Amino acid sequence: MHTLKQAAAVGVLTLALLPTAMAETVSRAAVLSASCAGCHGTDGHSPGSIPSLAGKSAEFIERALKEFRSGDRPATVMDRHASGYTDEEIKLIAGYFADK
Amino acid sequence: MSTLTRREFLRLLGAASAAGAMAGCAGMGAGAAREETSKARVVVVGGGFGGATCAKYIRRFDPSIAVTLVEPKQQFVTCPFGNAVIGGLYDMDAITHSYTALRETHGVNVVHDTVTAIDPQAKSVTLNGSKTLGYDRLVLSPGIAFRWDALEGYDAQAAEKVPHAWNGGPQVETLSRQLRDMKDGGTVIIAPPANPFRCPPGPYERASLIAHYLKSNKPKSKILILDAKEKFSKQPLFVQGWEALYPGMIEWVGGTSGGKISRVDADKRAVYSEIGDEHQADVLNVIPAQKANDIVHTAGLTDDSGWCPVNQETFESDIHKDIHVIGDATLAGALPKSGFAASSEAKVCAAAIVTAVNGEEMPDPSYVNTCYSLVAPDYGISVANVYHIRDGKIAAVEGTGGVSPKDADADFRHREAEYARGWYASITQDTWG
Repeated sequence: MHTLKQAAAVGVLTLALLPTAMAETVSRAAVLSASCAGCHGTDGHSPGSIPSLAGKSAEFIERALKEFRSGDRPATVMDRHASGYTDEEIKLIAGYFADK
Repeated sequence: MSTLTRREFLRLLGAASAAGAMAGCAGMGAGAAREETSKARVVVVGGGFGGATCAKYIRRFDPSIAVTLVEPKQQFVTCPFGNAVIGGLYDMDAITHSYTALRETHGVNVVHDTVTAIDPQAKSVTLNGSKTLGYDRLVLSPGIAFRWDALEGYDAQAAEKVPHAWNGGPQVETLSRQLRDMKDGGTVIIAPPANPFRCPPGPYERASLIAHYLKSNKPKSKILILDAKEKFSKQPLFVQGWEALYPGMIEWVGGTSGGKISRVDADKRAVYSEIGDEHQADVLNVIPAQKANDIVHTAGLTDDSGWCPVNQETFESDIHKDIHVIGDATLAGALPKSGFAASSEAKVCAAAIVTAVNGEEMPDPSYVNTCYSLVAPDYGISVANVYHIRDGKIAAVEGTGGVSPKDADADFRHREAEYARGWYASITQDTWG
């Protein structure tokens, strides 16, 4: 019974969240991440020599962007891009591509 | 270097498999929102980096919005990598893109026609002929037109003999052919315009890749750049590359040192500088001054500068409500007139339209420009910046971005050349794929 109650609670929670999630057609994360698609492909699916971002873990993308920004990770151009984003923006971008 | 076919080019870019995978999805969710049942009707004019991207992203954000894209050409030839075609690295097929995926995968209603008039009060556009299309929101991404009155002796007719090759298409082929026909020991003159103009580093990439062609095929030849400006985009990096790869072949003359030309004689292939020098070319490439394309002038959307003032967070015109202008035709703050910038503006514009249609709040916009230039097939350089809104204008995020480092080694330049090709594969897929 305990697990059933938990499941029901989760269901109610999901339902409660649904209207908000569905109403938002364009998230801040989508706007930020659309910039990345120019080089990394739509939704991070790259057709060429630039690495794909789609499906990489949020932790990996967040860490990589922060290391590019600090100079700890070798880069040709990503250091110049990553320095344009705040911690919060990096987290949103990382979450967006991890879901693709 | 031999010319690549489109198939080889795509394989090289690793795009073939992606294209195959995409084909499997064709039709999935593609059904164009029927105009009569749709939430809103958006008409997009111009199928380049700005217009095609905007049409695709509106449909991606909200497939219940009906999007019609009006573009006269059946296929689009990009300006990016046009210089690589002129330099003999690729053929025209490699830079030519179709509208099939926009139509079949994204459900965009693509109409190959020309918009001849816009009625902002009735909210409709007139197509060549008589048909009209009504809209709730109109997006104009018409690109540039040339100022044929700005330089004596250089008009549309003169450009048939002396190509500008600055708008894709047959002009790129003309310039390529003239270079192939030129004798060894010939002089190529490139005459870039004053700012602002489409693709600021473009003339200098062109000089580089022509030099690459001449070095292997006509090594006694010279390139003279007669510039209207005193300095140019990525200048220290280009000059460093020219000295390393093409010593003595490329000479650049700045505006006040005799670079600014005031007259062209297309029959003689001669140019005359403001200070009275005559320069005779074997191949002459004049890149004329530019303005926003004619349709936005006809519609009264330009200001005294010849470009379109807009709200830089939404790209809605300052002059007419519900009309958005993106790409080279618009005044987009610190963003340059590049294909990548047009694509970035298009996504922000798409977000602004979709949120407005749905009565939602527009998230804070964010923009990027990333432009690669090839100095040689294995030598790339870049400029990159992230932009945001500051005091109502698009401005670079302070202390970020910039050009490739001056002290980079050969391996770094090589990797940037590889990324330049990857950039092309990605941005064209993100636009037309």
